[in-house]
Amino acid sequence: MSMKALQVSDVSISYNGSLAIDKVSFDVEEGDLLGIVGPNGAGKTTLFRAILGLQNYSGAIRLFGLEGKKYHPLLPLIGYVSQKVNFEQNFPATVSEVVAMGLLPEKKLHKSATILQNCGCCWNRVYKKINKDSDKVLEALRTVNLESYKDRRIGELSGGELQRVFIAKALVKDPILLILDEPVTGVDVETQKKFYGVIKKINEENKITIVWSSHDLEAIAKLANRVACMNRQLFFHGQKEEFFSNKDLLKTYTESAMQMHMHHH
Amino acid sequence: MAFEVFGYAFMQKGLIAGSAIAIICSLMGTFLVLRRYSLFGDALSHMAFGGISLGLFSGIYPLWTAYAVSILGALGMTKLRKSTKISGDAAIAVLLVSGFGIGVLLISATGGFSVDLFSFLFGSILLISNEDTMLILGISAGVAASLVLLRKQLLHFTFDEEQARVSGLNVDRLNYIFVIIAGITVITSMRLVGILLISALIVLPNITSMLLGKGFKQTVIASISISVFSVVFGIILSYYLDLAPSGTIVMISVAILVATLGAKYLGLIGKTAPIQKAI
Repeated sequence: MSMKALQVSDVSISYNGSLAIDKVSFDVEEGDLLGIVGPNGAGKTTLFRAILGLQNYSGAIRLFGLEGKKYHPLLPLIGYVSQKVNFEQNFPATVSEVVAMGLLPEKKLHKSATILQNCGCCWNRVYKKINKDSDKVLEALRTVNLESYKDRRIGELSGGELQRVFIAKALVKDPILLILDEPVTGVDVETQKKFYGVIKKINEENKITIVWSSHDLEAIAKLANRVACMNRQLFFHGQKEEFFSNKDLLKTYTESAMQMHMHHH
Repeated sequence: MAFEVFGYAFMQKGLIAGSAIAIICSLMGTFLVLRRYSLFGDALSHMAFGGISLGLFSGIYPLWTAYAVSILGALGMTKLRKSTKISGDAAIAVLLVSGFGIGVLLISATGGFSVDLFSFLFGSILLISNEDTMLILGISAGVAASLVLLRKQLLHFTFDEEQARVSGLNVDRLNYIFVIIAGITVITSMRLVGILLISALIVLPNITSMLLGKGFKQTVIASISISVFSVVFGIILSYYLDLAPSGTIVMISVAILVATLGAKYLGLIGKTAPIQKAI
């Protein structure tokens, strides 16, 4: 039986009196790869921040059927890669030290596993892998094909490599859900391709549910199985085939994206 | 004899207490520098000046009032930053001048500068008593143990506060704990180089070690080594040259930093961090 990993119901968020998100509702099934598209300023990041407990909202957000208002007990098990991490260029940490920051203490893992079992989700991944922490870090780096970078200093990496390190950091705790917020915006095409390969692998081989926002419609068409299209409100949510065969929707999206683009320059 | 210095009890105490202080300052400094709080130590020690004056004014042992005033000031500043969105450097300036202002005010009311006050301003590591040495060792052990225990949380929190919050870390609480440990570290270290030079011990060994281009663990070890070396060598050198230990220690740290910068410029150590490719 497949379980709902994420349920967003009637979520609204306002900033200084104006609505940034207006009654958005959608579900994500366990194992899904949901692509969220929408122009800049559509509220994708704001929505993610609400899911992650970093933003106040009205409505309900459930993770694996469980609602948590102030601090959701399952948040530590969500992997999150933001658009850009601002860190000191000279930060004295190696790639493997950064990935290891993602590790959760054993106590927290057991607590979360208990919560998950109580809400009817059989979560055995954590129990299955009680490897040593250093093995977990290496395994996560192997998944993103950066094993040979483990001792490099973090400031020496390129933008695309950095985002892969941050994915590894999100993966190292065996997340039950991975949220990627435009992870490769502005990264060169070659690196993007490698990155997409990694996303596919994580979803198919590691069976991790992914919610991924992107401007790259082509990539979404290739990788996602479901698509949500939003600009403050949700315009569409459903199977990818349905989205890409709906010419009107595509046109609206492309036009609003173009407008935003013109507006920005 | 070159080693006769080690025979004197005041030297032994100074070297032992100085090394302990060197260790906690560099450990604490790693996080302070990375969080762009480099001058936080200065702010705390100026606050401590206010605390010491309060002690001298009221007749309470000045070290206790210094601890109390600095920690309260630091917590106040954290709160101020959080609730008013005053930027970090401005908040540090507020703390610094208000601490020093109160100090000057109380000193003038007490009847001017005294020997005690001078030893706090410029350090007096060779004048410490057995009790002071034990106190410094005890507090240093406590500070070092707390920082070692909290190292993972502090590192994650320093690197990316938001991610640390999402992964279940109580960031606000950690911030308060961090500020309290920083306060204790600074007040304990005042005896070594004095209020006016405390930032040197917190900042210099750390920026030097960060230039080496290593990972976190190695950077921390390098920083502690540089710090302890500067203190031990500084105390011994000041004895032979008849100079103030605090100034000697600080100038040795500066010399190591300059030498490291030179070596890096000549390409002898570390890779220069390349400019990040356009994202």
